[in-house]
Amino acid sequence: MRKFDTKVQHLKYKVLREVARQAWADTLLENVLDIPKTIVPGKTSTMRCCVYKERAILSERVRIAMGGDKENPNVIEVIDIACDECPAAGYEVTDSCRGCLAHRCEDVCKKGAISFDHNHVAHIDKSKCIECGACAKVCPYSAIINRKRPCQIACKVKAISINDDNAAAIDNNKCIQCGACVYQCPFGAISDKSYILNVIDLIKKSEDNSKYKVYAMVAPSISSQFTYAKLGQVVKGLKELGFFTVVEAALGADMVAQAESKELAEKGFLTSSCCPAFVQYIEKSFPQLKEFVSHNLSPMATLAKYIKLTDPTAKVVFIGPCTAKKAEAQLESVKPYVDTVLTFEELQALFDSRDIDITALEEDVLDNASYYGRIFARSGGLSDAVKQGLIEQNIDFELKAIPCDGIEACRTALLRKSKNVLDANFIEGMACVGGCIGGAGCLTHGEKNKSQVDEYGKEALEKTITDAVSLLK
Amino acid sequence: MKVTVCIGSSCHIKGSRQVVEQLQYLISKYNLTDKVELAGTFCMGKCQQGVCVTVNEEFFSVSPEGVEEFFNNNILKKV
Repeated sequence: MRKFDTKVQHLKYKVLREVARQAWADTLLENVLDIPKTIVPGKTSTMRCCVYKERAILSERVRIAMGGDKENPNVIEVIDIACDECPAAGYEVTDSCRGCLAHRCEDVCKKGAISFDHNHVAHIDKSKCIECGACAKVCPYSAIINRKRPCQIACKVKAISINDDNAAAIDNNKCIQCGACVYQCPFGAISDKSYILNVIDLIKKSEDNSKYKVYAMVAPSISSQFTYAKLGQVVKGLKELGFFTVVEAALGADMVAQAESKELAEKGFLTSSCCPAFVQYIEKSFPQLKEFVSHNLSPMATLAKYIKLTDPTAKVVFIGPCTAKKAEAQLESVKPYVDTVLTFEELQALFDSRDIDITALEEDVLDNASYYGRIFARSGGLSDAVKQGLIEQNIDFELKAIPCDGIEACRTALLRKSKNVLDANFIEGMACVGGCIGGAGCLTHGEKNKSQVDEYGKEALEKTITDAVSLLK
Repeated sequence: MKVTVCIGSSCHIKGSRQVVEQLQYLISKYNLTDKVELAGTFCMGKCQQGVCVTVNEEFFSVSPEGVEEFFNNNILKKV
């Protein structure tokens, strides 16, 4: 039974599960300092140089599981002491160095960082090197390469640099909180803050949903997650945890598809507003294109707003694959509707903190949205839904959509738009490759994810957007 | 008068859309749009008895086939 892609995720999960266990039992404050020892007992280290370092890092993970640094507005945080300083990082001379006579590398280096051994092979003095890359450019053998850190390679918005202590540092003015670095760091040194305690608190204080009702709103990408069980069992599991009911965020997607197709026809050009990381990317890197961002709230916020209209004391917890949603929920425009956000990773920890084996549960049902709302979870789905929205509302507008998944694809389209050479009138932007199914908060990522989303879409009772939203009057 | 229909998953599968659509039709047919407020909710906690409908807090279990009878007895007569 494969629950996670990597051991880093598994470790993070163990911390979350333990924090949640203590929180349910109201013993977190007493036992918080013992959690690292619970996870790494004994004297033999399994991950680091010694158990003491392991436990020190685990204490940091516990802190992030409990909400992290309140002073830092970013939901993504670096654990400095876990950042292994990736010794392979930066410019290095490889075996391809022929020990030539020319020494162009030496000539071009303004810092005098290059020296030669008795075989005339070049070496870079890391204490002098400023990582400018000039030597790599001039080597005729391409013998000098830039071994970037995995986090820097993952970060397509170039928000990660290396600080004076040689640890990764995130520039909050560039970071879009997509979580790519969280998923890619092999040491788990970058993590998304968890609001799992807020969720437990909401459930407990509802006193069995008698004081107010706690709604779980699940993203459609759930269809590619928890594949070791049935989706209906996940729904049942959520109710066992104490949620009053479970609603599909995809219904919010149907609402957005209907409104956004209308908005597109009125304005003539739009970029989508569903992916909070893509919206942040435009705000931070293409501010001149901000006016084109759809004014619709995201599916999450749209449906949460509706839920609170029908039940003003309701509490809404969004559960999805996304770290950027944690930031979106804190925006002034969204805060009144969405109380807190969980990832699928965190939901798994929450199930296990209560020893809920979802595979042993009976199946409950989940059916609110149409096919089109559900396929928002994968790249291209939103464009298909907007096209359908135009057709269903008899709007005469020729859609030329460009679905972009991954920040690099988004950047290309936005650059073209900023130079007025984009042959499209709708940019569907998803920060994660593949769309939401590629999100950093997913338990697993795989080849079958897209077809699982499409299958789930086809199972929807309602086949059109109009039918799905007709109930909401 | 406030009529609330559950549109949560369980009731949706049992036909809450048909119930809502028929109620909308009947309410406008009898010119009751000013007097009857039709609303949705996502769960009433009685999923076994769906489609769940309340009329001013009073609970009813309504099937898509029985909407007209329900409307005549519990909305039209009492409004």
